[in-house]
Amino acid sequence: MMPAELRLLYFAWVRDRVGAGEERIAHPGPDCTVAALLDRLAGESAGHAAAFADRARLRAALDQDYVPLESPIGDARELAIFPPVTGG
Amino acid sequence: MISVSVQAEDFDPGAELAALERLGGGGIASFTGIVRDDGALSALHLDHYPAMTRGQMERVAAEAAARWPLLGLRVIHRYGTLPVGARIVFVGTASLSRVPALEACAFLIDWLKVSAPFWKREIRADGSGAWVEAKGEDDARAAGWEKD
Repeated sequence: MMPAELRLLYFAWVRDRVGAGEERIAHPGPDCTVAALLDRLAGESAGHAAAFADRARLRAALDQDYVPLESPIGDARELAIFPPVTGG
Repeated sequence: MISVSVQAEDFDPGAELAALERLGGGGIASFTGIVRDDGALSALHLDHYPAMTRGQMERVAAEAAARWPLLGLRVIHRYGTLPVGARIVFVGTASLSRVPALEACAFLIDWLKVSAPFWKREIRADGSGAWVEAKGEDDARAAGWEKD
């Protein structure tokens, strides 16, 4: 069953620019890609636009699995957007 | 024996090594990552993705255990605000001999760096801060362990 909502999580400078670590939106549907959703979200605020401007510096995870930005969102409940990781 | 921890608290590398030594192997290898003093740094803040971090670390650990004959494998990664000199990460491996232990240890830290969802923010002595940028050389090192 398709979830009604999509939970968005932001980390590191993506969170700083958006100004929030988490948002909930109506689920955009299974065929919407991560990149297409970012295009739409960039129109939400200047912070969103700044966070999502440079796609080469963004990574994504759907339900805690890394995916390319071109991936369809499918029936995922959680989408995280963040810079390349810098742990270790 | 695979053991993975994500924690705010410090850890005792000596105790971790002693536990690996008790597994009956002939070789123990380890890596400990420390917050390095670059002159102006006061601390690193490590952000992470709690729902994903542990699973990613367990995947890397399982891959190491599948590639090398290990008797034991221990990975600890801290999060939160860590001052200069603090321990950040520990990888320890035990095997019958040195080569699997050393190779698996290098593989683990190289892959953790590019796949565990942590982000470092530098906190400088003057109170300013900046997110650390990922390095291409880290991706290249990790890619060096890809199977043909």
